[in-house]
Amino acid sequence: MGKFETLVATAAPMEARDINTDLIVPGRFLRRLREEGLGECLFRDLRFHEDGTPKPDFVLNRPPYRDAQILVANDNFACGSSREYAVYALYDYGIRCVIAPSFGDIFHNNCFKSGLLPVVLPEADVADLRAQAGTAQGKPFRVDLPSQTVTGPDGVARRFEIDAFRKKLLLAGQDEIAFTLSHGEKIAAFEAARAI
Amino acid sequence: MAKPLTLFEKIWSAHEIHREDDGTSLLYVDRHFIHDGSRTAYNQLAKRGLGVRRPDLTFATPDHYVPTTSRAFEDVEGEDRKDMVASLTRNTRASGVTEFGLNDIRHGIVHVIGPEQGLSLPGMLILCGDSHTSTHGAVGALAFGIGASEVAHVLATQALWQRKPKTMRVVVEGKLGDGVSGKDLVLALIAQIGVNGATGHVIEYAGPAIEALSIEGRLTVCNMSIEAGARAGMVAPDETTFAYLRGKPHAPSGAEWDTAVARWRALRTDPGATFDREVRLDAGSIEPMVTWGNRPSEAIPVAAAIPDPAASDPAQRKLLGAALEYMDLRPGQRMTEVGVDYVFIGSCTNGRIEDLRAAAQVARGRRVAAGVKAIVVPGSGLVRQQAEREGLDRIFVEAGFEWRHSGCSMCLAVNGDTVPPGKRSASTSNRNFVGRQGPDARTHLVSPATAAATAVVGRFADHRSLTRQGG
Repeated sequence: MGKFETLVATAAPMEARDINTDLIVPGRFLRRLREEGLGECLFRDLRFHEDGTPKPDFVLNRPPYRDAQILVANDNFACGSSREYAVYALYDYGIRCVIAPSFGDIFHNNCFKSGLLPVVLPEADVADLRAQAGTAQGKPFRVDLPSQTVTGPDGVARRFEIDAFRKKLLLAGQDEIAFTLSHGEKIAAFEAARAI
Repeated sequence: MAKPLTLFEKIWSAHEIHREDDGTSLLYVDRHFIHDGSRTAYNQLAKRGLGVRRPDLTFATPDHYVPTTSRAFEDVEGEDRKDMVASLTRNTRASGVTEFGLNDIRHGIVHVIGPEQGLSLPGMLILCGDSHTSTHGAVGALAFGIGASEVAHVLATQALWQRKPKTMRVVVEGKLGDGVSGKDLVLALIAQIGVNGATGHVIEYAGPAIEALSIEGRLTVCNMSIEAGARAGMVAPDETTFAYLRGKPHAPSGAEWDTAVARWRALRTDPGATFDREVRLDAGSIEPMVTWGNRPSEAIPVAAAIPDPAASDPAQRKLLGAALEYMDLRPGQRMTEVGVDYVFIGSCTNGRIEDLRAAAQVARGRRVAAGVKAIVVPGSGLVRQQAEREGLDRIFVEAGFEWRHSGCSMCLAVNGDTVPPGKRSASTSNRNFVGRQGPDARTHLVSPATAAATAVVGRFADHRSLTRQGG
């Protein structure tokens, strides 16, 4: 489990809904080793022409957003495939938080393993934050996990919900497998009872 | 009196090892399938010096990166793909996990071989690092996809942390028309509820039209649950399920079979149990379907015209317009006027014997249209063998289809089987996303019978018009 506490960073707006994980990282990059890094594959076909030159209109190619660490997206972000490489691509590019009205369920689960924070807020709030990101010219957003708030350049703190269990693990940067193994006796007892 | 429970709730609570104060549960995993994309998970384990806790509950097969033109490892395309496939063999051998390798007749797409081997059984919690794991729910199991870190977690602990999803019942009333398949049913459902219509929910499919489906048809429906955003899809086990599973290699046998069936009969939603959402569909109104856009919800009857984005919800208009542009189509155009370059019959959605029979029935005595490349990729070695016993391979080959070996192939196009840029494909797979079958490829989702009809006509076609005339 990666660690997340607070983040003060530029937010990039991405308006399209139903952005699937194939768009976040196309299937042809899934045979890279994790260690090779996936940042350059992020949104590959939206971000680059076939010859590798950047598409100037794509949000992360525009000057205030190149170093964005927050993405303000739309409904059903990262639906589709279970590929955790979608999280790796965002993380390796530098994104640490994605804000959206809803996420693909598997992606949402995957985020926590790398310390990428998925924030769910009502559609109207996200639309407002997207608009602020669009006009802020790089003025930073603040994401605060302990108080569960996102604050845009307008200074309004919006509270989001997160499971207490996940919050605890994220704040501690706790390794999930190690944590589960600390429940080893319960797993063994459950297993033994089922085998009878 | 005990609170009436849904099928999902019964399976969920039977697997709960521990619950945190906030409601997050640690669940015990009965069956874990892994494939040639599991290198990342094994590398995570190696870093921590951990092994596989229950290799006997874990089964592997290389399906994503393998060639479909041969069974030779040397034909795996490129060194990086070879490493994906070889590392699965290396890792499973070292950890004692059974692998159905490339040369094993039991090889196949993981979601085809689980039910086929009787490894996926009613009441189980089944996981796999692939979103189409929802497929296995068709036998009355709770089955869903997980990411690489969760695969590592399950390998190490045989358990998974999960927040309890919501429930949704999809009741399909009436009877499907002749020649209308499970694929058409699920495309019609997704068109109705949208690609996030079931996000955060587990779907239970019920009603007479679901009960009338074969296991193959139910597997197709459950497979595409994820395309509506659902965490999982499931169907209560019944006589059809028991008849399908009886005698399967890993299903219980003898007295154990009888005990198991008695237990499985209780796996039904109790009368009076409630769901967070209910959706109803009339099977009789469903036609053979085809998608025209880049989301599985953009599906229409094959005889229909493409809708005008201007008539839709303003929030959707821009995306629908972009989809038309990507797909090189225009509003009002009839799908039966649209020509195709590629036809792909296969995948975890439609690579089973019943799918191949439906396609062969249409292909019999006909020829693939000039300029169309059509391939048939059985979902497993055993499906291929069965099809050959029935002579389906000869029907396909004589009609001009290529007869391939099992694998995921052109569904996600990572093994080298791709649709070239700008080319249009009729595909029995599950995703019509931008670039799914290759950069700039244009994918239309259809049933196997519609795919076969489209291959022989050269344009999208209602297969019923062919088989009604020609017999």
